[in-house]
Amino acid sequence: MSLHFAALLRRHGLLVAFALFLALVAVQAEAFLTPSNVLDVLRQVSIIGMMALGVTFVVVAGRLDLSVGSMLTLLTVIVVDRTNAFGPGLAILVTLLAGLAAGAWNGLLVGVFRLNALIVTLAMLSFLQGLTLAYSGGSNVNVADGTTWFAAFGRGSLWGIPAPVVIFALSAAVLAFVLKRTRFGRAIFAVGGNETAATYSGIDARLVVFAAYCLSGLTTAIAAIIMGSRVMGAQNTIGQGYELTVLAGVILGGTSLLGGSGSIGRTVLGVAMLGFIQNGLLLMGYPYYVQWLVTWGIIILAVWIDLGAKRGRILA
Amino acid sequence: MSVAETPRRAVAAGDWIMRNHIWVFLALTVAVFSFASPYFLTVNNLGNLLTQGAFIGILAVGMTLVILNGEIDLSVGATLALSCALAIGLQTSIGTWPAVIAALLAGAGLGLLNGLVVALSGMHSFVVTLGALIGIRGLVFVYTGENALMVEDFAYTEIAEVYLGPLSLTALVFFGLAAAFQWLLTNTRHGRETYAVGDNVAAAHDAGINVKRHKIVNFTICGTMAAVAGILLSMRLGTAEPNAGRIWELWTIIAVVLGGTRLSGGYGSLWMTVGGVLTLAVLRNGLRLLNTPNYVELMVMGGVLLLALALDRALLTREGAR
Repeated sequence: MSLHFAALLRRHGLLVAFALFLALVAVQAEAFLTPSNVLDVLRQVSIIGMMALGVTFVVVAGRLDLSVGSMLTLLTVIVVDRTNAFGPGLAILVTLLAGLAAGAWNGLLVGVFRLNALIVTLAMLSFLQGLTLAYSGGSNVNVADGTTWFAAFGRGSLWGIPAPVVIFALSAAVLAFVLKRTRFGRAIFAVGGNETAATYSGIDARLVVFAAYCLSGLTTAIAAIIMGSRVMGAQNTIGQGYELTVLAGVILGGTSLLGGSGSIGRTVLGVAMLGFIQNGLLLMGYPYYVQWLVTWGIIILAVWIDLGAKRGRILA
Repeated sequence: MSVAETPRRAVAAGDWIMRNHIWVFLALTVAVFSFASPYFLTVNNLGNLLTQGAFIGILAVGMTLVILNGEIDLSVGATLALSCALAIGLQTSIGTWPAVIAALLAGAGLGLLNGLVVALSGMHSFVVTLGALIGIRGLVFVYTGENALMVEDFAYTEIAEVYLGPLSLTALVFFGLAAAFQWLLTNTRHGRETYAVGDNVAAAHDAGINVKRHKIVNFTICGTMAAVAGILLSMRLGTAEPNAGRIWELWTIIAVVLGGTRLSGGYGSLWMTVGGVLTLAVLRNGLRLLNTPNYVELMVMGGVLLLALALDRALLTREGAR
């Protein structure tokens, strides 16, 4: 029995720790595990989660994307401003295309020209921040007419489930299928695991990495649409620091930054954990910044235990 | 001198320029801004520019060692904020200099913690220090209670107001630390082995180098440098803001990479980093003097970084072709 328990802990240590945390908070704060609170938390994490879905593809392919936070800011400004100019339909199309273009630019430099992903996306972070300010002129933009169907993405609901959660869940399901069951998904794992071997087995690594970044741009665009619709406006700093929160979620889920392993399900779990930790600590009466300390501890512990389980020992 | 020597010399000169492209680039930016703005090439402005750049510079000194080792430290901005807060907040209870020493020790301790976790767990330093970035910022907020701390005795802000000609104490500390650690890199065993570990960990390990010890030492140095920058910032501002140093880690990495040090480790120097820090400072200062909006600055930074990366790639390809 104890052997089984050890094996369970090793395989699903993260899940066990998470369940323990949930139980602990639920005992202390009655409101924690009520359906309405759970849905609230899920709605709150759906924007970070949406971005994390695309970033997971990039990370599994062995690369990094630090530009998604700035990209979210720019795209939110675009979707809000264009909704005022063109109406929601065209605005959403423009936003999706802009996200795709930003992702394609990253993908071109990292995938095709093989430049260092960290620096390319860092440069992009700075560049997109500049572009946002140039576009908005530094002022906040607001949706002029809040009664159009543009409000549905952030504020609507389907059978009592908030629309952001529905969009996030559907996207997660589709992308989980893509990553796990399609040729493209397997190519992502192959490139992230061993790029040379992938190339020799006939996979065009350049194209695969390029496509992963395009996907990351696209999911960020969807996140921006939810954000713009939720807030009915956009500030010039709205996505600042999101890139690191997104990465924290991906890592917490157990996707390795070295590439070649991970899954959409793990990312969803990681992002949900971030949300429930934040919510739980707030409900227990701690100031919001205590969650950062807890996140620090949990990231280190989760990744360390994960690595230790793979190696069979805990110290390197 | 034979005919064949001239092209070879030209090639050598070309190589030198490509390897030290940052200094050529710095000279170019200085020249451009000198022509563009009458206020740029004044002793006063250059002195200010060096002081402004020195904070990122001091962070970059520690970061360079960590990057040469093949690792990265994302937590320097948060560590800077914590040291800044401790140096000011502890003054009333334990006195000025003990508070400064405590701030220094806190930085060193957090660096040591990062180093120990990286070395013992075998985790990617990006993950470890990303966690630390989030957590240390939490510590800052817990300590300051979200408020900006203000120094009670303003004599404290006079400490850093020491000038050697146009050079402020902050700038002098930056140049002094860069020179000292450059000496450490080229003339000590720890320095040489730092390059060896960054270039090829497995080979370094097989050659009998204690890889873990070098990483721990360099992370500790990096944390200490962040504390030094934080203490100097607290002296300059007289206040400690909980959000101080946010995304400075990214500017620091940009400065190091701009200088020509490679993120993959094993290649680079503190001279390059000084060049990168100065170029960044000149660009920011010069663009502001020309009254360019903030967004141009951000876009130019992004462009320059990509340029540096492309140059480095060109150099690597040439070396590979030979």
